[in-house]
Amino acid sequence: MRQTRTISAAALMALLAAPTPVFAADDAALQAVRQEVARMRADYEARIQDLEKRLAQTETATNQAATTADEAKKTAEEAASKPDAKPAESNNAFNPAIGVVLNGTAATLHRDPSVYKIPGFSLGSSAKPVDRGFALGESEINMSANVDQALYGNLTVSYARDNTASVEEAFIQSTTLPGGFTLKGGRFKSGIGTLNEQHAHTWDFADAPLPYLAMLNQQYGDDGAQVRWLAPTKMFIELGGEGFRGDAYPANGSANKGVGAKSVFAHMGDDIGKGGEGGSWRVGVSELWTRASNRTIGNDTFYGDDRLTIVDGVYKWAPNGNFADRYVKLQGEYFYRAENGRFNDLTDSTRQQGFYTQAVWQFMPQWRTGLRYDRVWAANPNAALALSTLDPQGQVASRQSVMVDYSTSEFGRFRLQGNLDHSTTKLDPQLILQYTVSLGAHGAHAY
Amino acid sequence: MRNILVAAGLLLLAATGRAHALDVFACEPEWAALASEIGGDAVDVFTATTARQDPHQIQARPALISRLRAADLVVCTGAELEVGWMPVLLRQGANSKVQPGSPGYFEAAHSVHLLEVPTRLDRADGDVHAAGNPHIQTDPANIRAAGIALAQRMAEIDPGHAATYRDRELAFRTRLDAAMARWKTEAAPLKGMAVAVQHRSWIYLLNWLGMTEAVTLEPKPGVPPSAGYLAGVIDDLPKKNVRMILYAAYQDPKPSEFVAAKTGIPAVELPFTVGGTDQAADLIAFYDDTIKRLLAHADHH
Repeated sequence: MRQTRTISAAALMALLAAPTPVFAADDAALQAVRQEVARMRADYEARIQDLEKRLAQTETATNQAATTADEAKKTAEEAASKPDAKPAESNNAFNPAIGVVLNGTAATLHRDPSVYKIPGFSLGSSAKPVDRGFALGESEINMSANVDQALYGNLTVSYARDNTASVEEAFIQSTTLPGGFTLKGGRFKSGIGTLNEQHAHTWDFADAPLPYLAMLNQQYGDDGAQVRWLAPTKMFIELGGEGFRGDAYPANGSANKGVGAKSVFAHMGDDIGKGGEGGSWRVGVSELWTRASNRTIGNDTFYGDDRLTIVDGVYKWAPNGNFADRYVKLQGEYFYRAENGRFNDLTDSTRQQGFYTQAVWQFMPQWRTGLRYDRVWAANPNAALALSTLDPQGQVASRQSVMVDYSTSEFGRFRLQGNLDHSTTKLDPQLILQYTVSLGAHGAHAY
Repeated sequence: MRNILVAAGLLLLAATGRAHALDVFACEPEWAALASEIGGDAVDVFTATTARQDPHQIQARPALISRLRAADLVVCTGAELEVGWMPVLLRQGANSKVQPGSPGYFEAAHSVHLLEVPTRLDRADGDVHAAGNPHIQTDPANIRAAGIALAQRMAEIDPGHAATYRDRELAFRTRLDAAMARWKTEAAPLKGMAVAVQHRSWIYLLNWLGMTEAVTLEPKPGVPPSAGYLAGVIDDLPKKNVRMILYAAYQDPKPSEFVAAKTGIPAVELPFTVGGTDQAADLIAFYDDTIKRLLAHADHH
């Protein structure tokens, strides 16, 4: 624009300057020239005015264009800041969330685990240490999703070293019951104790503590139904009750017409300080009643009732309650079992006890170490049962364990664990190297 | 006797009055602060985590289960930030009002445009979030957008206080807008500055202030850096004209401080959320303090 104006002005000046060198020969000619110049001046002034007018119009148009551009930019920014159209909160479309856990061990044991015994206890089939040598541990596939607006479903199938698949859990659970109630039905692990409900791969040690091994055949799970009630209090208070078919040790073979076991449990817990900065805790007491009818283990048979009481507690602490880098976890459970009935057709009234206590310390990101001490013991049975499986013959089974684990991420972990196993008369030093990884759906861990 | 009756009556009134407050379970402090700004006395807000805690790695603590049971409204970031613990709380909390899909379940990430949405999903890339980077609270524009949506949600659940929520949200938004205009001027010197970050938690902040993320100290999101990896980073920093190293209040400052000591580039602790520093007492103060800390170290060179 400015350039156009400069050129016009220069042309005009040139024109105005042009007449000066003309030497006036006569007035008439001079007059004609003057008139011509005046006409030209008027003509150019009109043109300049026209140009200026057009210039003004163009400037307005430019401003308008700029305004439009600004508006467009603003619209674009607003559009960018608006939320994307996303599907509603859900795991993944309509497929269940699928998670896979792979687990394996390499272990050295001095004594053959297949002849493992704990003095004074009639052990279930899974109550033994990890396999010797390389062994596939419990590797499982888990699928879960909301069934509909009222139900949630979960299936866990696990594979063991002997190529057998077993349904570890398959249950449905209510999601919308009022009053803090939750119902669960199907096959599931009982809510008794602390470790019982947790899947073994989430445990802090490679093997089950002795009381779980001796009195629950590792873990207690069966086909049944469960009701839980969460109290409407700021402190966590939960009560639960279960009825089971009664197939699993220490019950057996659906005794009592398919209602062979029942349990009740109560848990309470809370934070210490805001946001759990001073730690958090949970304690509980549980009771499991089981009935066995011709439970046969080896050459031993048992008819009668078991009553197991568990007292459990967990305390966790991390600096500022931040578990990302460092934390401490203390955990312990005490078991008391009374068995009344007929063992090998002799009156049996045995009392067995046990506990474990453990501490796990994450001392730097990805690295943890832990200590565990566990112990089980049985009171002397009736004189008639002396020297039977139920006679501890003065032995108390105990074990000391130490572990170090390294996590490649939240999803992968390698663990080295050493046990000094005094379950029987002779010490069995054990060394276990374990891997546990999870693929797929990001499982959330219970407390 | 009469006094006792009056006292009992007052107590009862107080108790029922309290029961009327909307119980909000906020996953992180920024959402607790936002719910309080919008709700005022009409809400009772419980914060599940503190600014000193890594929100990825929270234990499903018993107290969280019982507080979730009492909640009328759950306010979380979403975008899988709480995927390691919220599902357990939701399943054990036995509260149908706050199940995902119910009006009582609010995810702030749904109100904003998420950045860094991964183009491939593979855990070999570290702790990636399929929906995008979930650390949305470091940009006040996201708080603004989430606030509008949250006020609507609160009005939906608690129609009796709809006007309160609307008015308070508008008042907060007005204050936030004024502050945002001020921050734009204050933070102008930060524009174009390159920074290193310890974890990829600052993209929204950097995007807002026109800064660039030149280096990440973590080799992959969520994977702590090894000494060897950091040595490579140290070589890289001067070439990329990095002016400071950012880490969140909840993070272990060691990797940032290590790199800072070797390079002379300052490591800057930022509040990351409300309460992350003593100064970051509320949402406005949180951004004030963030900008103040950035400016303080930007002048160093």
